[in-house]
Amino acid sequence: MGQMSKFEGRSGAEFAMTVERGKIREFAAAVGSDHPLYSGDDPISPPTFLASSAFWTTDASSPWGDEPPDLSRVLHGGQQYVFHGPPPRAGTVLHGRQRIDRVYSKQGRRGGMLEFADVVTEFRDADGRLVAEARATLVVTEQAPTASAPAE
Amino acid sequence: MTVSRPAVGPLGAPLVQGPLTVTDFVRYQGASGDMNPIHHDAEFARAAGFPSVFAVGMRQAGVLAAFVADRLGPDNVRRFEVQFRAIAWPGDVITYTGEVTAVEETATHTVCTVAVQATRQTGEVHLAGTAVFEVPF
Repeated sequence: MGQMSKFEGRSGAEFAMTVERGKIREFAAAVGSDHPLYSGDDPISPPTFLASSAFWTTDASSPWGDEPPDLSRVLHGGQQYVFHGPPPRAGTVLHGRQRIDRVYSKQGRRGGMLEFADVVTEFRDADGRLVAEARATLVVTEQAPTASAPAE
Repeated sequence: MTVSRPAVGPLGAPLVQGPLTVTDFVRYQGASGDMNPIHHDAEFARAAGFPSVFAVGMRQAGVLAAFVADRLGPDNVRRFEVQFRAIAWPGDVITYTGEVTAVEETATHTVCTVAVQATRQTGEVHLAGTAVFEVPF
């Protein structure tokens, strides 16, 4: 059993996130887009904007509790966003909750076992309607990854 | 947003960007709030076993998603997913591509499935994934 398996199924507390006009502008610039829908009076958020929920999460909203994974051993294996309508616009208040959806192991390309965790964040509007889901796949390596590691 | 009706095939010319700089990484990290030092602190990266800092995969994922959204409409995206296949490094030149692999027409929309990829100048695939857009008529 890997070090993360005990976390499977855990959820953090709900957190609130305001989709802000200035943050949309900053984020669009950081990913190199000048599309007009990201500026103006009523901008929409870019497809991967919900990554910035990192500014709104708290210790209590982390599904890892007080045992966050060691950043020098964790690689980001994949990322998914699903939208149940257009992405949220500036001014929207989202209610997010993170859970460790699944923990599993796979053989790595160079022989060692790799442990994976899928962390899902659900984002709901003020009426409780599901707006978007984000799924991050994290990989924990047994030893320091090398330059040829198969992930971020 | 209404865009011209998409068809199966390449989604316009590829986007070629680079060379990647640590400033690009820091700008994205500031925007996203992911301040993992492995992308900007050389000492931290070396202590973790890497020869240097390396690119934030989510930045290039964001560029790739925005590249497709610029063409099919930022309000029309319904799904975007990527796998991080290989690390990208400072100095890399990245080519972003999208290819519409399927279109399905509903009463009001064209649902487009797009194969997306970001490739290093070596030909190594950095990111690969899929996007789904619902483009209104």
